[in-house]
Amino acid sequence: MGNNQIDTARDSEAVRVEEGGAALNNGGLPESSDMYNITVRNCDLYYGDFQALKSVSIDIEEREVTALIGPSGCGKSTFIKTLNRMNDLVEGCRITGEILIGGRDIYAKSTDVTLLRKNAGMVFQKPNPFPMSIYDNIAFAPRTFGIKKKIELDVIVESSLKHAGLWLEVKDRLKKNAMGLSGGQQQRLCIARALAADPKILLMDEPTSALDPISTGRIEELINELKTEYTIVIVTHNMQQATRISDKTAFFLLGEIIEYGTTESIFSMPKDKRTENYITGRFG
Amino acid sequence: MMIKAYRYIKARDAVMRGIFLFCAVFAVLALGCICVFLFAEGLPFIGKVGVSNFFGTKWHLDSGAYGILSMIVASLYVTGLSTLIGIAIGLFTAICLYKFCPAKAVNPIRQLITLLAGIPSVIYGLFGMIVIVPFLRDNISSNGVGYGILAASLVLSVMILPTIVSISLDALNSVPRSYYEGALALGATSEQSVFKVMLPAAKSGILAAVVLSIGRAIGETMAVIMVIGGSPAMPGSLFQSVRTMTANIAMGATELSGDAATALVSTGVVLFCFTLLLNTSISLLKGGFKRESKSA
Ligand SMILES: Nc1ncnc2c1ncn2[C@@H]1O[C@H](COP(=O)(O)OP(=O)(O)O)[C@@H](O)[C@H]1O
Ligand SMILES: [Mg+2]
Repeated sequence: MGNNQIDTARDSEAVRVEEGGAALNNGGLPESSDMYNITVRNCDLYYGDFQALKSVSIDIEEREVTALIGPSGCGKSTFIKTLNRMNDLVEGCRITGEILIGGRDIYAKSTDVTLLRKNAGMVFQKPNPFPMSIYDNIAFAPRTFGIKKKIELDVIVESSLKHAGLWLEVKDRLKKNAMGLSGGQQQRLCIARALAADPKILLMDEPTSALDPISTGRIEELINELKTEYTIVIVTHNMQQATRISDKTAFFLLGEIIEYGTTESIFSMPKDKRTENYITGRFG
Repeated sequence: MMIKAYRYIKARDAVMRGIFLFCAVFAVLALGCICVFLFAEGLPFIGKVGVSNFFGTKWHLDSGAYGILSMIVASLYVTGLSTLIGIAIGLFTAICLYKFCPAKAVNPIRQLITLLAGIPSVIYGLFGMIVIVPFLRDNISSNGVGYGILAASLVLSVMILPTIVSISLDALNSVPRSYYEGALALGATSEQSVFKVMLPAAKSGILAAVVLSIGRAIGETMAVIMVIGGSPAMPGSLFQSVRTMTANIAMGATELSGDAATALVSTGVVLFCFTLLLNTSISLLKGGFKRESKSA
Protein backbone atom coordinates (compact mmCIF):
# COMPACT_ATOMS: atom_id res chain seq x y z
CA MET A 1 0.00 0.00 0.00
CA GLY A 2 2.67 2.37 1.14
CA ASN A 3 4.75 1.34 -1.80
CA ASN A 4 1.92 2.06 -4.12
CA GLN A 5 1.53 5.50 -2.77
CA ILE A 6 5.15 6.23 -3.30
CA ASP A 7 4.85 4.96 -6.84
CA THR A 8 1.88 7.17 -7.54
CA ALA A 9 3.73 10.08 -6.11
CA ARG A 10 6.61 9.29 -8.36
CA ASP A 11 4.34 8.96 -11.36
CA SER A 12 2.74 12.28 -10.78
CA GLU A 13 6.20 13.73 -10.40
CA ALA A 14 7.09 12.32 -13.80
CA VAL A 15 3.92 13.72 -15.27
CA ARG A 16 4.67 17.07 -13.80
CA VAL A 17 8.11 17.07 -15.37
CA GLU A 18 6.57 16.26 -18.72
CA GLU A 19 4.04 18.97 -18.28
CA GLY A 20 6.86 21.33 -17.52
CA GLY A 21 8.39 20.46 -20.86
CA ALA A 22 5.10 20.91 -22.64
CA ALA A 23 4.47 24.22 -20.93
CA LEU A 24 7.77 25.42 -22.26
CA ASN A 25 6.92 24.12 -25.68
CA ASN A 26 3.91 26.33 -26.07
CA GLY A 27 5.46 29.21 -24.26
CA GLY A 28 3.41 28.74 -21.15
CA LEU A 29 0.30 29.88 -22.92
CA PRO A 30 -2.76 27.87 -22.00
CA GLU A 31 -3.89 25.09 -24.28
CA SER A 32 -6.80 27.17 -25.54
CA SER A 33 -4.39 29.41 -27.37
CA ASP A 34 -2.92 26.56 -29.28
CA MET A 35 -3.98 28.49 -32.33
CA TYR A 36 -1.40 30.63 -33.92
CA ASN A 37 -3.30 32.53 -36.53
CA ILE A 38 -2.66 36.25 -36.62
CA THR A 39 -5.42 38.82 -36.77
CA VAL A 40 -4.65 42.47 -37.29
CA ARG A 41 -7.35 45.10 -37.09
CA ASN A 42 -6.94 48.77 -38.01
CA CYS A 43 -3.36 48.91 -37.00
CA ASP A 44 -1.78 52.36 -37.23
CA LEU A 45 1.88 52.77 -36.45
CA TYR A 46 3.75 56.02 -36.02
CA TYR A 47 7.45 56.70 -35.81
CA GLY A 48 7.20 60.04 -34.06
CA ASP A 49 5.03 62.08 -36.40
CA PHE A 50 5.57 59.82 -39.37
CA GLN A 51 2.81 57.29 -39.97
CA ALA A 52 4.42 54.12 -41.25
CA LEU A 53 1.36 51.86 -41.15
CA LYS A 54 -2.11 53.05 -42.06
CA SER A 55 -5.08 51.13 -40.81
CA VAL A 56 -3.64 47.76 -41.65
CA SER A 57 -6.00 44.83 -41.30
CA ILE A 58 -5.15 41.29 -42.25
CA ASP A 59 -5.89 37.70 -41.27
CA ILE A 60 -2.89 35.42 -41.44
CA GLU A 61 -3.70 31.74 -41.37
CA GLU A 62 -1.97 29.07 -39.36
CA ARG A 63 0.51 26.81 -41.12
CA GLU A 64 0.53 28.86 -44.25
CA VAL A 65 3.18 30.99 -45.84
CA THR A 66 2.11 34.60 -46.18
CA ALA A 67 4.31 36.78 -48.33
CA LEU A 68 4.50 40.54 -47.87
CA ILE A 69 5.51 42.39 -51.00
CA GLY A 70 5.81 46.04 -51.91
CA PRO A 71 8.33 48.68 -52.80
CA SER A 72 11.07 49.70 -50.36
CA GLY A 73 9.92 51.87 -47.52
CA CYS A 74 6.28 50.82 -47.74
CA GLY A 75 6.28 49.41 -44.21
CA LYS A 76 6.79 45.67 -44.67
CA SER A 77 9.56 45.43 -42.10
CA THR A 78 7.68 47.74 -39.81
CA PHE A 79 4.64 45.51 -40.05
CA ILE A 80 6.45 42.25 -39.48
CA LYS A 81 8.17 43.75 -36.44
CA THR A 82 4.85 44.65 -34.88
CA LEU A 83 4.06 40.93 -34.77
CA ASN A 84 6.80 40.14 -32.24
CA ARG A 85 6.91 43.61 -30.78
CA MET A 86 10.44 44.34 -31.91
CA ASN A 87 9.13 47.83 -32.59
CA ASP A 88 9.10 48.32 -28.84
CA LEU A 89 12.82 48.99 -29.20
CA VAL A 90 12.26 51.96 -31.46
CA GLU A 91 11.99 55.13 -29.51
CA GLY A 92 8.93 57.19 -30.32
CA CYS A 93 7.12 54.30 -31.95
CA ARG A 94 3.35 54.28 -31.27
CA ILE A 95 0.89 51.62 -32.25
CA THR A 96 -2.89 51.66 -32.20
CA GLY A 97 -5.39 49.05 -33.31
CA GLU A 98 -5.52 45.39 -32.50
CA ILE A 99 -3.06 42.61 -33.12
CA LEU A 100 -4.18 39.20 -31.98
CA ILE A 101 -2.25 35.97 -32.07
CA GLY A 102 -4.40 32.95 -31.39
CA GLY A 103 -7.07 35.37 -30.27
CA ARG A 104 -4.88 37.08 -27.67
CA ASP A 105 -4.00 40.72 -27.86
CA ILE A 106 -0.21 40.79 -27.97
CA TYR A 107 -0.14 44.45 -26.99
CA ALA A 108 -2.21 43.81 -23.87
CA LYS A 109 -0.57 44.73 -20.58
CA SER A 110 -0.56 41.12 -19.47
CA THR A 111 1.46 39.93 -22.45
CA ASP A 112 4.83 38.47 -21.65
CA VAL A 113 6.91 39.94 -24.44
CA THR A 114 9.74 37.44 -24.06
CA LEU A 115 7.31 34.54 -24.47
CA LEU A 116 5.73 36.26 -27.43
CA ARG A 117 9.13 36.57 -29.07
CA LYS A 118 10.00 33.00 -28.28
CA ASN A 119 6.76 31.93 -29.94
CA ALA A 120 7.22 34.18 -32.93
CA GLY A 121 10.78 33.58 -34.05
CA MET A 122 12.35 36.14 -36.31
CA VAL A 123 14.88 35.74 -39.08
CA PHE A 124 16.55 38.94 -40.16
CA GLN A 125 17.59 40.16 -43.56
CA LYS A 126 21.26 40.03 -42.72
CA PRO A 127 22.24 36.76 -41.07
CA ASN A 128 23.11 37.62 -37.48
CA PRO A 129 24.62 34.58 -35.79
CA PHE A 130 26.17 35.37 -32.43
CA PRO A 131 29.97 35.27 -32.36
CA MET A 132 30.03 32.00 -30.46
CA SER A 133 30.01 28.34 -31.36
CA ILE A 134 27.34 26.84 -33.58
CA TYR A 135 26.17 24.80 -30.63
CA ASP A 136 25.90 27.80 -28.32
CA ASN A 137 24.01 29.73 -30.97
CA ILE A 138 21.33 27.06 -31.21
CA ALA A 139 21.27 26.44 -27.48
CA PHE A 140 20.86 30.12 -26.75
CA ALA A 141 17.08 30.27 -26.62
CA PRO A 142 16.57 27.01 -24.71
CA ARG A 143 19.16 28.12 -22.16
CA THR A 144 17.44 31.45 -21.87
CA PHE A 145 14.31 29.61 -20.94
CA GLY A 146 16.07 27.60 -18.29
CA ILE A 147 17.10 24.36 -19.99
CA LYS A 148 20.53 23.55 -18.61
CA LYS A 149 21.00 19.81 -18.98
CA LYS A 150 23.45 18.92 -21.69
CA ILE A 151 21.47 15.89 -22.85
CA GLU A 152 18.36 17.98 -23.39
CA LEU A 153 20.30 20.72 -25.13
CA ASP A 154 22.04 18.17 -27.35
CA VAL A 155 18.68 16.86 -28.50
CA ILE A 156 17.35 20.34 -29.22
CA VAL A 157 20.50 21.38 -31.06
CA GLU A 158 20.48 18.32 -33.26
CA SER A 159 16.79 18.45 -34.09
CA SER A 160 16.85 22.19 -34.79
CA LEU A 161 19.82 21.86 -37.11
CA LYS A 162 18.20 18.90 -38.86
CA HIS A 163 15.02 20.88 -39.20
CA ALA A 164 16.93 23.71 -40.80
CA GLY A 165 18.76 21.33 -43.14
CA LEU A 166 22.14 22.22 -41.70
CA TRP A 167 22.93 19.20 -39.56
CA LEU A 168 24.96 17.23 -42.09
CA GLU A 169 27.11 20.24 -42.89
CA VAL A 170 27.95 21.20 -39.33
CA LYS A 171 27.60 18.12 -37.16
CA ASP A 172 31.36 17.70 -36.95
CA ARG A 173 32.07 21.32 -36.12
CA LEU A 174 29.44 22.23 -33.57
CA LYS A 175 32.07 23.75 -31.30
CA LYS A 176 33.43 25.98 -34.04
CA ASN A 177 32.57 29.62 -34.22
CA ALA A 178 29.43 30.27 -36.23
CA MET A 179 30.97 33.30 -37.88
CA GLY A 180 33.04 30.92 -40.00
CA LEU A 181 30.00 29.58 -41.85
CA SER A 182 29.06 30.82 -45.31
CA GLY A 183 26.30 33.41 -45.64
CA GLY A 184 23.72 30.82 -46.63
CA GLN A 185 24.74 28.51 -43.80
CA GLN A 186 24.63 31.41 -41.37
CA GLN A 187 21.09 32.20 -42.41
CA ARG A 188 20.02 28.59 -41.99
CA LEU A 189 21.76 28.64 -38.63
CA CYS A 190 19.66 31.64 -37.69
CA ILE A 191 16.55 29.74 -38.75
CA ALA A 192 17.69 26.77 -36.68
CA ARG A 193 18.35 29.09 -33.76
CA ALA A 194 14.84 30.43 -34.01
CA LEU A 195 13.42 26.90 -34.30
CA ALA A 196 15.29 25.89 -31.14
CA ALA A 197 13.06 28.26 -29.21
CA ASP A 198 10.19 26.06 -30.40
CA PRO A 199 8.18 28.87 -31.96
CA LYS A 200 4.79 28.58 -33.59
CA ILE A 201 5.31 31.46 -35.94
CA LEU A 202 8.32 32.35 -38.08
CA LEU A 203 8.74 35.94 -39.18
CA MET A 204 11.26 36.36 -41.96
CA ASP A 205 12.31 39.75 -43.23
CA GLU A 206 13.86 39.28 -46.66
CA PRO A 207 15.79 36.24 -45.43
CA THR A 208 17.40 35.53 -48.79
CA SER A 209 18.16 38.99 -50.08
CA ALA A 210 21.78 38.79 -48.95
CA LEU A 211 22.31 35.27 -50.31
CA ASP A 212 23.42 33.66 -53.54
CA PRO A 213 20.86 31.79 -55.70
CA ILE A 214 21.83 28.34 -54.45
CA SER A 215 21.54 29.29 -50.78
CA THR A 216 18.31 31.07 -51.63
CA GLY A 217 16.99 27.88 -53.20
CA ARG A 218 17.84 25.87 -50.11
CA ILE A 219 16.07 28.31 -47.86
CA GLU A 220 13.02 28.29 -50.07
CA GLU A 221 12.91 24.49 -49.89
CA LEU A 222 13.26 24.78 -46.18
CA ILE A 223 10.35 27.19 -45.93
CA ASN A 224 8.22 24.76 -47.93
CA GLU A 225 9.05 22.02 -45.44
CA LEU A 226 8.54 24.18 -42.38
CA LYS A 227 5.13 25.47 -43.33
CA THR A 228 3.50 22.21 -42.34
CA GLU A 229 4.36 23.05 -38.75
CA TYR A 230 4.73 26.78 -38.54
CA THR A 231 2.84 29.89 -39.46
CA ILE A 232 5.27 31.74 -41.69
CA VAL A 233 5.25 35.39 -42.62
CA ILE A 234 7.93 36.38 -45.08
CA VAL A 235 8.87 39.71 -46.58
CA THR A 236 10.31 39.39 -50.04
CA HIS A 237 11.38 41.63 -52.87
CA ASN A 238 11.47 38.75 -55.22
CA MET A 239 8.19 38.16 -57.05
CA GLN A 240 9.21 34.70 -58.22
CA GLN A 241 10.05 33.79 -54.68
CA ALA A 242 6.64 34.90 -53.50
CA THR A 243 4.95 32.75 -56.13
CA ARG A 244 7.19 29.79 -55.38
CA ILE A 245 6.76 29.62 -51.65
CA SER A 246 3.71 31.50 -50.45
CA ASP A 247 0.06 30.61 -50.10
CA LYS A 248 -1.14 34.16 -49.55
CA THR A 249 0.32 37.44 -50.60
CA ALA A 250 -0.25 40.93 -49.24
CA PHE A 251 0.78 43.92 -51.29
CA PHE A 252 1.89 46.94 -49.25
CA LEU A 253 2.14 50.47 -50.56
CA LEU A 254 2.93 53.55 -48.50
CA GLY A 255 1.98 51.87 -45.27
CA GLU A 256 -1.28 50.42 -46.49
CA ILE A 257 -2.26 46.95 -47.57
CA ILE A 258 -3.57 47.50 -51.07
CA GLU A 259 -4.48 43.94 -51.80
CA TYR A 260 -4.42 40.65 -49.98
CA GLY A 261 -5.40 37.23 -51.22
CA THR A 262 -4.14 33.89 -52.38
CA THR A 263 -0.82 34.21 -54.10
CA GLU A 264 -2.29 32.69 -57.22
CA SER A 265 -5.03 35.27 -57.50
CA ILE A 266 -2.75 38.20 -56.64
CA PHE A 267 -0.29 37.26 -59.32
CA SER A 268 -2.67 36.00 -61.99
CA MET A 269 -5.45 38.55 -61.69
CA PRO A 270 -4.70 41.41 -59.37
CA LYS A 271 -7.78 43.46 -58.65
CA ASP A 272 -5.98 46.71 -58.03
CA LYS A 273 -4.18 48.55 -60.80
CA ARG A 274 -1.33 49.42 -58.39
CA THR A 275 -0.78 45.78 -57.52
CA GLU A 276 -0.65 44.92 -61.17
CA ASN A 277 1.82 47.70 -61.84
CA TYR A 278 4.05 46.49 -59.04
CA ILE A 279 4.09 42.81 -59.85
CA THR A 280 4.68 43.47 -63.50
CA GLY A 281 7.65 45.58 -62.49
CA ARG A 282 6.35 48.96 -63.46
CA PHE A 283 7.38 50.57 -60.22
CA GLY A 284 9.17 49.73 -57.03
CA MET B 1 63.12 72.46 -67.01
CA MET B 2 61.00 69.38 -66.62
CA ILE B 3 63.96 67.32 -65.62
CA LYS B 4 65.01 69.82 -63.02
CA ALA B 5 61.55 69.83 -61.49
CA TYR B 6 61.54 66.08 -61.56
CA ARG B 7 64.88 65.91 -59.79
CA TYR B 8 63.62 68.30 -57.18
CA ILE B 9 60.58 66.14 -56.54
CA LYS B 10 62.77 63.07 -56.27
CA ALA B 11 65.05 64.75 -53.79
CA ARG B 12 62.14 66.01 -51.75
CA ASP B 13 60.71 62.51 -51.73
CA ALA B 14 63.95 61.06 -50.47
CA VAL B 15 64.18 63.63 -47.68
CA MET B 16 60.61 63.03 -46.64
CA ARG B 17 61.15 59.32 -46.65
CA GLY B 18 64.16 59.80 -44.44
CA ILE B 19 62.19 61.86 -41.96
CA PHE B 20 59.39 59.33 -41.85
CA LEU B 21 61.85 56.51 -41.39
CA PHE B 22 63.54 58.34 -38.54
CA CYS B 23 60.20 58.95 -36.83
CA ALA B 24 59.26 55.33 -37.25
CA VAL B 25 62.57 54.17 -35.87
CA PHE B 26 62.62 56.69 -33.04
CA ALA B 27 60.30 54.76 -30.76
CA VAL B 28 62.17 51.56 -31.44
CA LEU B 29 65.43 53.30 -30.68
CA ALA B 30 64.09 54.68 -27.43
CA LEU B 31 62.93 51.24 -26.37
CA GLY B 32 66.28 49.80 -27.35
CA CYS B 33 68.22 52.40 -25.35
CA ILE B 34 66.13 51.83 -22.26
CA CYS B 35 66.56 48.08 -22.52
CA VAL B 36 70.29 48.34 -23.00
CA PHE B 37 70.66 50.73 -20.09
CA LEU B 38 68.53 48.63 -17.76
CA PHE B 39 70.11 45.32 -18.54
CA ALA B 40 73.67 46.54 -18.87
CA GLU B 41 73.48 48.27 -15.49
CA GLY B 42 71.11 46.00 -13.64
CA LEU B 43 71.96 42.46 -14.64
CA PRO B 44 75.66 42.47 -13.70
CA PHE B 45 74.71 43.79 -10.29
CA ILE B 46 72.39 40.87 -9.71
CA GLY B 47 75.27 38.59 -10.64
CA LYS B 48 77.60 40.44 -8.35
CA VAL B 49 75.49 40.30 -5.18
CA GLY B 50 74.14 36.87 -6.09
CA VAL B 51 70.72 35.77 -7.24
CA SER B 52 69.76 34.41 -3.85
CA ASN B 53 70.68 37.66 -2.18
CA PHE B 54 68.82 39.77 -4.76
CA PHE B 55 65.70 37.62 -4.73
CA GLY B 56 65.86 37.20 -0.99
CA THR B 57 63.59 38.76 1.54
CA LYS B 58 66.04 41.02 3.29
CA TRP B 59 66.66 44.59 2.10
CA HIS B 60 69.25 46.10 4.37
CA LEU B 61 71.67 48.35 2.52
CA ASP B 62 74.19 48.75 5.35
CA SER B 63 74.77 45.03 5.56
CA GLY B 64 74.75 44.53 1.80
CA ALA B 65 71.38 42.73 1.70
CA TYR B 66 69.57 43.67 -1.49
CA GLY B 67 66.63 41.26 -1.38
CA ILE B 68 63.59 42.56 -3.24
CA LEU B 69 61.31 39.53 -2.94
CA SER B 70 59.05 41.26 -0.46
CA MET B 71 58.67 44.14 -2.91
CA ILE B 72 57.86 41.82 -5.79
CA VAL B 73 55.22 40.19 -3.63
CA ALA B 74 53.85 43.56 -2.55
CA SER B 75 53.70 44.72 -6.17
CA LEU B 76 51.80 41.61 -7.17
CA TYR B 77 49.37 41.94 -4.29
CA VAL B 78 48.67 45.59 -4.98
CA THR B 79 48.34 45.02 -8.73
CA GLY B 80 46.09 42.01 -8.35
CA LEU B 81 43.80 43.49 -5.76
CA SER B 82 43.46 46.87 -7.42
CA THR B 83 42.74 45.34 -10.82
CA LEU B 84 40.18 43.05 -9.28
CA ILE B 85 38.37 45.91 -7.57
CA GLY B 86 38.78 48.21 -10.56
CA ILE B 87 37.50 45.66 -13.05
CA ALA B 88 34.53 44.66 -10.95
CA ILE B 89 33.41 48.25 -10.53
CA GLY B 90 34.50 49.41 -13.97
CA LEU B 91 32.87 46.62 -15.89
CA PHE B 92 29.57 47.09 -14.15
CA THR B 93 29.80 50.82 -14.70
CA ALA B 94 30.38 50.21 -18.40
CA ILE B 95 27.48 47.78 -18.64
CA CYS B 96 25.24 50.19 -16.82
CA LEU B 97 26.24 53.05 -19.10
CA TYR B 98 25.79 50.78 -22.08
CA LYS B 99 22.24 49.73 -21.51
CA PHE B 100 20.69 50.30 -18.15
CA CYS B 101 21.07 53.95 -17.49
CA PRO B 102 18.99 56.82 -18.91
CA ALA B 103 20.40 57.80 -22.30
CA LYS B 104 20.73 61.42 -21.24
CA ALA B 105 22.97 60.56 -18.31
CA VAL B 106 25.43 58.44 -20.28
CA ASN B 107 27.61 61.17 -21.70
CA PRO B 108 27.87 63.31 -18.57
CA ILE B 109 28.79 60.29 -16.47
CA ARG B 110 31.26 59.13 -19.04
CA GLN B 111 32.87 62.53 -19.18
CA LEU B 112 33.14 62.69 -15.41
CA ILE B 113 34.82 59.31 -15.35
CA THR B 114 37.23 60.44 -18.05
CA LEU B 115 38.08 63.42 -15.87
CA LEU B 116 39.36 60.96 -13.28
CA ALA B 117 42.04 59.98 -15.77
CA GLY B 118 43.29 63.54 -15.90
CA ILE B 119 43.92 63.92 -12.19
CA PRO B 120 47.66 63.80 -11.42
CA SER B 121 48.61 60.72 -9.47
CA VAL B 122 50.07 62.77 -6.66
CA ILE B 123 46.57 64.11 -6.00
CA TYR B 124 45.31 60.55 -5.73
CA GLY B 125 48.13 59.95 -3.30
CA LEU B 126 47.12 62.93 -1.22
CA PHE B 127 43.52 61.85 -1.18
CA GLY B 128 44.56 58.36 -0.16
CA MET B 129 46.81 59.70 2.57
CA ILE B 130 44.33 62.13 4.03
CA VAL B 131 41.06 60.27 3.56
CA ILE B 132 41.48 56.58 2.80
CA VAL B 133 44.36 55.72 5.13
CA PRO B 134 42.82 57.34 8.25
CA PHE B 135 39.46 55.83 7.34
CA LEU B 136 40.91 52.35 7.07
CA ARG B 137 42.93 52.86 10.25
CA ASP B 138 39.93 53.98 12.29
CA ASN B 139 37.19 51.79 10.86
CA ILE B 140 38.44 48.70 9.11
CA SER B 141 41.91 47.82 10.21
CA SER B 142 42.26 45.57 13.23
CA ASN B 143 45.82 46.58 14.06
CA GLY B 144 45.58 50.36 13.97
CA VAL B 145 47.52 50.66 10.72
CA GLY B 146 45.91 52.33 7.74
CA TYR B 147 48.85 52.19 5.36
CA GLY B 148 49.43 49.17 3.24
CA ILE B 149 48.20 47.02 0.43
CA LEU B 150 44.49 47.71 0.83
CA ALA B 151 44.92 51.48 0.88
CA ALA B 152 47.15 51.35 -2.20
CA SER B 153 44.77 49.00 -3.99
CA LEU B 154 41.77 51.21 -3.31
CA VAL B 155 43.55 54.28 -4.61
CA LEU B 156 44.83 52.42 -7.64
CA SER B 157 41.46 50.91 -8.44
CA VAL B 158 39.99 54.39 -8.75
CA MET B 159 42.90 55.42 -10.92
CA ILE B 160 42.37 52.56 -13.37
CA LEU B 161 38.60 52.96 -13.43
CA PRO B 162 38.54 55.39 -16.38
CA THR B 163 40.60 53.01 -18.52
CA ILE B 164 38.37 50.07 -17.78
CA VAL B 165 35.11 51.96 -18.18
CA SER B 166 35.95 53.73 -21.39
CA ILE B 167 37.61 50.81 -23.16
CA SER B 168 34.94 48.33 -22.09
CA LEU B 169 32.21 50.73 -23.12
CA ASP B 170 33.83 51.24 -26.51
CA ALA B 171 34.15 47.50 -26.86
CA LEU B 172 30.47 47.02 -26.04
CA ASN B 173 29.44 49.80 -28.36
CA SER B 174 31.37 48.28 -31.22
CA VAL B 175 29.43 45.02 -30.97
CA PRO B 176 26.82 45.10 -33.75
CA ARG B 177 23.37 45.97 -32.55
CA SER B 178 22.02 43.13 -34.65
CA TYR B 179 23.29 40.70 -32.01
CA TYR B 180 21.28 42.45 -29.37
CA GLU B 181 18.16 42.45 -31.49
CA GLY B 182 18.77 38.85 -32.45
CA ALA B 183 18.90 37.85 -28.80
CA LEU B 184 15.78 39.80 -27.91
CA ALA B 185 13.96 38.30 -30.87
CA LEU B 186 14.68 34.86 -29.41
CA GLY B 187 12.88 35.80 -26.24
CA ALA B 188 15.85 36.86 -24.16
CA THR B 189 15.43 39.73 -21.76
CA SER B 190 17.53 42.83 -22.14
CA GLU B 191 19.81 41.68 -19.29
CA GLN B 192 20.25 38.24 -20.78
CA SER B 193 21.07 39.74 -24.16
CA VAL B 194 23.71 42.01 -22.68
CA PHE B 195 25.33 39.47 -20.38
CA LYS B 196 25.12 36.41 -22.60
CA VAL B 197 25.70 37.92 -26.03
CA MET B 198 27.03 41.45 -26.02
CA LEU B 199 29.52 41.00 -23.20
CA PRO B 200 31.10 37.83 -24.59
CA ALA B 201 31.22 39.47 -28.02
CA ALA B 202 33.14 42.35 -26.50
CA LYS B 203 35.56 40.12 -24.62
CA SER B 204 38.71 40.95 -26.56
CA GLY B 205 38.17 44.66 -26.00
CA ILE B 206 37.47 44.09 -22.34
CA LEU B 207 40.58 41.97 -22.06
CA ALA B 208 42.57 44.83 -23.52
CA ALA B 209 41.13 47.06 -20.81
CA VAL B 210 42.15 44.58 -18.16
CA VAL B 211 45.69 44.35 -19.45
CA LEU B 212 46.11 48.08 -19.74
CA SER B 213 44.92 48.51 -16.19
CA ILE B 214 47.25 45.84 -14.90
CA GLY B 215 50.09 47.66 -16.61
CA ARG B 216 49.00 50.92 -15.09
CA ALA B 217 48.63 49.40 -11.64
CA ILE B 218 51.97 47.64 -11.60
CA GLY B 219 53.78 50.75 -12.79
CA GLU B 220 52.06 53.39 -10.71
CA THR B 221 54.47 54.93 -8.28
CA MET B 222 53.60 58.25 -6.69
CA ALA B 223 50.15 57.48 -5.41
CA VAL B 224 51.36 54.14 -4.11
CA ILE B 225 54.32 55.58 -2.22
CA MET B 226 52.02 57.94 -0.39
CA VAL B 227 49.71 55.27 1.02
CA ILE B 228 51.70 52.06 1.26
CA GLY B 229 53.95 52.91 4.16
CA GLY B 230 57.27 52.06 2.58
CA SER B 231 58.92 49.50 4.86
CA PRO B 232 60.76 46.77 2.96
CA ALA B 233 58.87 44.05 4.76
CA MET B 234 57.26 40.88 3.49
CA PRO B 235 53.50 41.52 3.19
CA GLY B 236 51.64 39.58 5.87
CA SER B 237 48.53 41.68 6.15
CA LEU B 238 46.49 44.15 4.14
CA PHE B 239 47.28 46.72 6.82
CA GLN B 240 51.01 46.81 7.14
CA SER B 241 53.66 49.17 5.88
CA VAL B 242 55.19 47.50 2.81
CA ARG B 243 56.98 48.61 -0.32
CA THR B 244 56.36 47.91 -3.99
CA MET B 245 59.11 47.73 -6.60
CA THR B 246 58.12 51.13 -7.98
CA ALA B 247 58.15 52.62 -4.50
CA ASN B 248 61.56 51.12 -3.85
CA ILE B 249 63.02 52.75 -6.94
CA ALA B 250 61.43 56.15 -6.44
CA MET B 251 62.08 56.37 -2.71
CA GLY B 252 65.75 55.57 -3.10
CA ALA B 253 66.43 57.35 -6.34
CA THR B 254 67.14 60.75 -4.86
CA GLU B 255 69.17 59.57 -1.89
CA LEU B 256 71.16 56.53 -2.76
CA SER B 257 74.39 56.22 -4.65
CA GLY B 258 76.87 53.51 -5.49
CA ASP B 259 75.77 49.91 -5.12
CA ALA B 260 72.49 50.89 -3.52
CA ALA B 261 71.59 53.02 -6.55
CA THR B 262 72.50 50.18 -8.88
CA ALA B 263 70.24 47.92 -6.84
CA LEU B 264 67.41 50.24 -7.84
CA VAL B 265 68.23 49.73 -11.51
CA SER B 266 68.14 45.99 -10.92
CA THR B 267 64.73 46.41 -9.32
CA GLY B 268 63.81 48.23 -12.52
CA VAL B 269 64.93 45.24 -14.55
CA VAL B 270 62.57 42.99 -12.65
CA LEU B 271 59.72 45.46 -12.99
CA PHE B 272 60.43 45.78 -16.69
CA CYS B 273 60.37 42.01 -17.08
CA PHE B 274 56.96 41.87 -15.46
CA THR B 275 55.50 44.45 -17.82
CA LEU B 276 57.18 42.76 -20.76
CA LEU B 277 55.63 39.48 -19.71
CA LEU B 278 52.28 41.20 -19.43
CA ASN B 279 52.51 42.70 -22.88
CA THR B 280 53.60 39.50 -24.59
CA SER B 281 50.89 37.50 -22.90
CA ILE B 282 48.44 40.06 -24.19
CA SER B 283 49.62 39.86 -27.76
CA LEU B 284 49.56 36.10 -27.51
CA LEU B 285 46.01 36.21 -26.20
CA LYS B 286 45.00 38.62 -28.92
CA GLY B 287 46.60 36.45 -31.56
CA GLY B 288 44.67 33.55 -30.10
CA PHE B 289 41.41 35.46 -30.45
CA LYS B 290 42.15 36.39 -34.04
CA ARG B 291 43.07 32.86 -34.97
CA GLU B 292 39.98 31.56 -33.24
CA SER B 293 37.62 33.75 -35.21
CA LYS B 294 39.45 33.16 -38.47
CA SER B 295 39.81 29.42 -38.35
CA ALA B 296 36.24 29.01 -37.19
N1 LIG C 1 13.11 53.40 -36.65
C1 LIG C 1 12.49 54.20 -37.54
N2 LIG C 1 12.30 55.51 -37.25
C2 LIG C 1 11.69 56.31 -38.12
N3 LIG C 1 11.22 55.93 -39.31
C3 LIG C 1 11.37 54.64 -39.66
C4 LIG C 1 12.02 53.70 -38.79
N4 LIG C 1 12.04 52.51 -39.39
C5 LIG C 1 11.44 52.68 -40.59
N5 LIG C 1 11.03 53.96 -40.74
C6 LIG C 1 10.30 54.49 -41.89
O1 LIG C 1 9.12 53.79 -42.03
C7 LIG C 1 8.88 53.50 -43.40
C8 LIG C 1 8.72 52.03 -43.59
O2 LIG C 1 9.99 51.42 -43.38
P1 LIG C 1 10.19 49.85 -43.48
O3 LIG C 1 9.14 49.20 -42.68
O4 LIG C 1 11.58 49.57 -43.15
O5 LIG C 1 9.94 49.59 -45.03
P2 LIG C 1 10.21 48.30 -45.90
O6 LIG C 1 10.66 47.21 -45.02
O7 LIG C 1 8.92 48.02 -46.57
O8 LIG C 1 11.24 48.67 -46.91
C9 LIG C 1 10.00 54.10 -44.20
O9 LIG C 1 9.58 55.34 -44.70
C10 LIG C 1 11.07 54.30 -43.17
O10 LIG C 1 11.84 55.43 -43.49
MG1 LIG D 1 12.53 46.18 -44.97
